[in-house]
Amino acid sequence: MNKKVKLLDEGASKTDSPVTGLSPGRLALDRFRRDKVAVWSLYVVCFFVFIAIFAPVLTTLFNISPYTLDRRALNDYGNPLGRFGGVSWNHPLGVEPGTGRDILGRLMYGARVSLLIGFIGTIVTTSVGLTLGMLAGLRKGFVDSLITRLADVTLAFPSLLLIIALNRPLTQRLESIGVPEGNFARMTYIILVLTVFGWVYMARLIRAQVLSLREREFIEAAQSFGASNGHLIFKQLLPNLWAQVIVFATLSLPGYVAVEASLSFLGIGLMAPAASWGIMLGDSVRYYRVDPTYLLIPGVTLMILVMAFNLMGDGLRDAVDPKSDKQQL
Amino acid sequence: MSPLLEVTDLKKYFATGTSKLLHRPTGQVKAVDGVSLSVEAGQTLGIVGESGCGKSTLARILTRLIDVDSGSIVLNGVDITKLRGAGLQKVRRDIQIIFQDPYNSLNPRHSAGQIIATPMQIQKTVSKKDEVLRVKELLELVGLNPEHYNRFPHEFSGGQRQRIGIARSLALQPKIIVADEPVSALDVSIQAQILNLLEDLQRDLGIAFVFIAHDLSVVRHIADKVAVMYLGKIVEMGSSKVIYANATHPYTKALMSAVPVAKTGTDRKTRILLTGDVPSPIDPPSGCRFRTRCWKAQDICEKLEPDLMDRGDGCVSACHFPEIKA
Ligand SMILES: Nc1ncnc2c1ncn2[C@@H]1O[C@H](COP(=O)(O)OP(=O)(O)OP(=O)(O)O)[C@@H](O)[C@H]1O
Ligand code: SF4
Ligand SMILES: [Mg+2]
Repeated sequence: MNKKVKLLDEGASKTDSPVTGLSPGRLALDRFRRDKVAVWSLYVVCFFVFIAIFAPVLTTLFNISPYTLDRRALNDYGNPLGRFGGVSWNHPLGVEPGTGRDILGRLMYGARVSLLIGFIGTIVTTSVGLTLGMLAGLRKGFVDSLITRLADVTLAFPSLLLIIALNRPLTQRLESIGVPEGNFARMTYIILVLTVFGWVYMARLIRAQVLSLREREFIEAAQSFGASNGHLIFKQLLPNLWAQVIVFATLSLPGYVAVEASLSFLGIGLMAPAASWGIMLGDSVRYYRVDPTYLLIPGVTLMILVMAFNLMGDGLRDAVDPKSDKQQL
Repeated sequence: MSPLLEVTDLKKYFATGTSKLLHRPTGQVKAVDGVSLSVEAGQTLGIVGESGCGKSTLARILTRLIDVDSGSIVLNGVDITKLRGAGLQKVRRDIQIIFQDPYNSLNPRHSAGQIIATPMQIQKTVSKKDEVLRVKELLELVGLNPEHYNRFPHEFSGGQRQRIGIARSLALQPKIIVADEPVSALDVSIQAQILNLLEDLQRDLGIAFVFIAHDLSVVRHIADKVAVMYLGKIVEMGSSKVIYANATHPYTKALMSAVPVAKTGTDRKTRILLTGDVPSPIDPPSGCRFRTRCWKAQDICEKLEPDLMDRGDGCVSACHFPEIKA
């Protein structure tokens, strides 16, 4: 090689440890690990997931069944005995006024419902939105107009009214086509409506992003080596979309948890004696004067979960974006 | 010996201003309108012209990124104009492109190593084991630190990024590289470094270049042959020695006078300033396309389009009144 080229790479001494090619996923993981807040949020989320999965085991273990009525924990008016809503060894977070059901037990079971709806809703809306958005952005013309119109129409619907109005007939329809009756059918309905109205935002975001990315020269560069469409989509485009997808997913997940709560509050979705955070919140509002702790517990829990997801989402977004890396390699 | 790359009468018209109502194009941009040229192995052809004259379109046609409307591209004796599938895939190894904008041409989510490895992965030219080794070799070849393998594009300067782009274009060991204004986006001081690098690479690896630029000064050192484009057509072309010494087309002369040259006293040329804008390529002037800005234009220029004619010294010029020195 010639002199000029040699001169310029003086920094590259041969004694250095051999450089290995790290995958972008590995580099992202390293960046995530360095973000303390994100890592702790991940722990919190994992904790909730753990509780949700093992709720039946845990409640049996600690003898805090969410369904057992405990009259002895209530006074004559049906209010919990003792301070803070009846906190005691038997009932670590107190009992439900009127029934005496254990709040910790109900909270644990509620986490199952909230997280299930949150995760499934997010996975389905995100993948539907991502697919339709990419399709619209990549296939201009007819496919694009079709998807864009569909999105506009969906947004034009008064969604909440529709969700309330369609609750009964659609749940019954679900049951008639073989979805197990009762709370399972109601949950399916919630996930269904979340998806029908939720994909639009994701799809629009992705479409806009794809439209601008496809004009970038690195796409043409890949084409000049003979890249297949699969390579262009999965290796060139998708890595540039992950940040958006992750932000969207981590924001919509706590959103769906909250939507489940509000729908249960409105009487759509699960019904007591089933436990969900929405049912608990709706119920506790009736007692907030005599038993404020009851309102506080599901409220604060919901808040912690939502915050943990958002902080974790921030961390993930920074991790997949190489530009956020402030540390010198 | 036949040239490495020979193209004949390339035409590419873009439809513009699609009317919403009829879904029919309302106009045509004649981006490339009958371009013929050839490049010898290991040599450099410089293509010069103002913004919008169709240089990038030509580059995309040559590298088969867009299909041409008519004309033919012959690479190494094989007609690649209509090639598809496996045949095209194989040809892509031989002809590569370097882009103008080092910020847009590298995927921001891929590390430098990954960017350079991609062509080899797609074309499966090296084994997984040798890949990292080869990438480091390429990084070194273009004057980058192989230790920077895992760095991302944003951690490099513009010049360094362009080096990554160059390394990537070298990865498949092409016979010819089309460089579309590879230094326009860079600082003047860095331009020289990149130009030197390209020259060194050409000398060491024997690669042919089609080097696109918007002014003549950039291609002066590097080009063996130059072609001057105006509104989708070549107006003058020939060996750069002859053209730089004796331009005959008024447009070339105008571009030439914009080139800063260190000359003393009496030999100094008067500077020709081009007035007016480049006419719209949707509706180019009749006859000679340059006539709206030409100070020598006569009636015939409006009526008759000048063909590329041999000037008598191996160069061609498309003007009714070429200034051929005796
Ligand atoms: N995909 C396209 N669709 C429609 N018109 C196009 C398209 N690509 C290029 N053009 C038009 O073709 C003409 C030539 O464009 P091109 O990009 O080749 O010019 P250029 O010489 O590379 O200019 P620059 O120096 O600015 O890069 C321009 O008028 C441009 O508007
Ligand atoms: S043909 Fe006429 S208008 Fe065109 S460049 Fe020559 S003199 Fe000028
Ligand atoms: Mg260009």
